[in-house]
Amino acid sequence: MSEASLTLKEAVTLARKEGADKIIDSLSKRVREVDGKINAYIQFDPARIEKAKTKGPLEGVPVSIKDNICTRGWETTCASKILKGHVPPYDATVIAKLRQAGAAIFGKLNMDEFAFGSSTETSTYGPTRNPWDLERVPGGSSGGSAASVAADEAFAALGSDTGGSIRLPAAFCGIVGLKPTYGRVSRYGLIAFGSSFDQIGPLTKTVEDSALIMNVIAGHDERDSTSANLPVPDYTKALKRDAKGLKIGLPKEYFVKGMDSEVEQAVRDAAKVYQKLGAEIKEVTLPHTAHSVAVYYIVAVAEASSNLGRYDGVQYGFRAKNGNLRDLYFETRDQGFGEEAKRRILLGTFVLSAGYYEAYYRKGQKVRTLIREDFDRAFKEVDLLLTPVSPTPPFKLGEKMKDPLTMYLSDIFTIAANLAGVPAMALPCGFTKAGLPVGMQLMAKPFAEETIFHAAHAYEQETQWFKRKPKI
Amino acid sequence: MSFEIEQIAELARLSLKPEEKEKLRKDLESILSYVEQLKGVPTEQAEPTSHVLNLENVFRKDEVKPCDIREDVLKHAPQREGNFFKVPKVIEQE
Repeated sequence: MSEASLTLKEAVTLARKEGADKIIDSLSKRVREVDGKINAYIQFDPARIEKAKTKGPLEGVPVSIKDNICTRGWETTCASKILKGHVPPYDATVIAKLRQAGAAIFGKLNMDEFAFGSSTETSTYGPTRNPWDLERVPGGSSGGSAASVAADEAFAALGSDTGGSIRLPAAFCGIVGLKPTYGRVSRYGLIAFGSSFDQIGPLTKTVEDSALIMNVIAGHDERDSTSANLPVPDYTKALKRDAKGLKIGLPKEYFVKGMDSEVEQAVRDAAKVYQKLGAEIKEVTLPHTAHSVAVYYIVAVAEASSNLGRYDGVQYGFRAKNGNLRDLYFETRDQGFGEEAKRRILLGTFVLSAGYYEAYYRKGQKVRTLIREDFDRAFKEVDLLLTPVSPTPPFKLGEKMKDPLTMYLSDIFTIAANLAGVPAMALPCGFTKAGLPVGMQLMAKPFAEETIFHAAHAYEQETQWFKRKPKI
Repeated sequence: MSFEIEQIAELARLSLKPEEKEKLRKDLESILSYVEQLKGVPTEQAEPTSHVLNLENVFRKDEVKPCDIREDVLKHAPQREGNFFKVPKVIEQE
C-alpha cells in the first residue's frame, strides 16, 4: 500500500520516524498517476513543493490549498481568467500558520470560479471529477479540495465555505469537511466572496485529522477584524467514543418531500447509531430556514458584487487590450469573468441599487435575523442538529448547468449555517446502492466545534465509513 | 419584476455581448421571482443582520511596520512604468 493512502495523523507519525521525503514522493507519484482523470489540481509541480523549514505538529507533511487562499509566490487565481498571473506578495494567515506548524504547501486546488457554484464546473481550468464516479461532479465550490483528499492525492486540504462550499463537496466525495464558526479562523488572505459568510476550513479523511488542522489554523488574528478573540482549545481532546449526554435534534424542515430516499434513510440510520451510542434524539423545528436560499441569493450576491468591484485590470491579473480607461474596465470585466460570476455581480448590483435596496437587501437581512433566532431557540433544546448535507447524491456533469436556480437549490441544507454563523461539519454516513457516498451534517452553537468533534468522532469510529476508498 | 439589464450592467462595469444579455436577463428574472417568497415573511419585529458576531468597531494600534513588497507587487502588474501601475490616459483632450 502506498503512503498516499495514509490519514494525516498516520502521515505525521510516519514523518516523525522517517522524515517527510518518502511521503512527499508517494503523494507526488499518486497525483501524477490519477490527476489526469480527476483534475483536482490547478498547480502541482513536485519541484515547487516547499518543504518545511521548521519541525512542528505537522512534521513536514504536505497540505494542499484551494486556489482562493493567497499563497506567497504561488499564482492564486480563484479559478478565474481575471486573476490569471496574480501572484500574491504575502501569505494568508492560515498559510503562515500551516508553515509554522511544519506543513509543506503542496499545490493549489481547483474550484468554482470565485467559489460561485456547487459543482466545480465553472472553473476556467475545466471541471474536477468525482473520484467515486468520473461522470459525476465532486460538489463545489471546494471540489478540488474534496476530490484530492478522497482520491488520496492529498492528506488534507483547505477549502472555504460561504454557503456550503466545504460541506457539499465533502459529502459528495465521502470525506470530512468542517465549516468553523464565523470568526473562528482568520479570513486574512482569503479572496473575499461574501465577507459576512466566508470561512476557511479543513477537508480531511477523518474527524481526528480535521481536529489536527483546526488546532493549527483557528484563532484570533489582528489582521482580520472579524476574527474572534477567544482561546483555541485542543480539539483532539474533544474526540470521544460515545455520545452519552448529548441531545441531538432532527429539524423536521430538513426531511422533506422530494429528497432522495437513500439519502434520507442514511441520515435517519445515523440518528439510530447515535441512540445506540447514548445520545438522546428529538425532533426540533427551524421554521424560517426554508427561506435560506432566497436570503442567500440576495445578501451573499450583494456582498459578492461589491467584493468583485476591485477587479478592473489595473493592478494585477488579466487586462483586456483597449484604448481608453472606461473601455479597459468594461472589457476586462466582460472577458475576465465567467457567466456565473457575471450573473451574481448583476444580481448583487440590482438588489443594492437605488429603489430596490429596501425591498430586497434590507428584507433579506431581516429574514436572516429570523433564521439566526431559529437556531438560538433550537440550541436551547439540543446540543447538535443532525441533517442531510444535500437532498441528493452527487449529480452528473452538466446536469444542473443550464438552470442556475436548480444548481442553487443543491445548497438548501447547508446555507442556513452560514446565515447564522454556526459551525457545521459534513461527514460520511453511508453509500447509495450505486456506490455513491452520502454525507450527513452536524451543526452546533457558535464556537462549539468541540461538541461537533465529540459526536462526529464517536459516529465515525462506530461506522468506519472512511475506510472505503474509490477505485480510480 | 421589471429591470433594465443594460442599466445594471452599466452600474457593474460589464460590457455584455448581445447574446449574453438575453440569457442573463432571463436568469435574473427567474432568480428574482424565486426570492419573491420573502415578501410573505413578516419582519416588522426583526432587526437586519449585517454581521453575526454583533461586533462593535475593532481597533488596533496605528503603527508603521516594515513591508518591503513593492517589487513583488509591481512585478505582476499588467502594465507598469517605473514604480507605477500604467493605465490609459484618464483625461481625454477636448
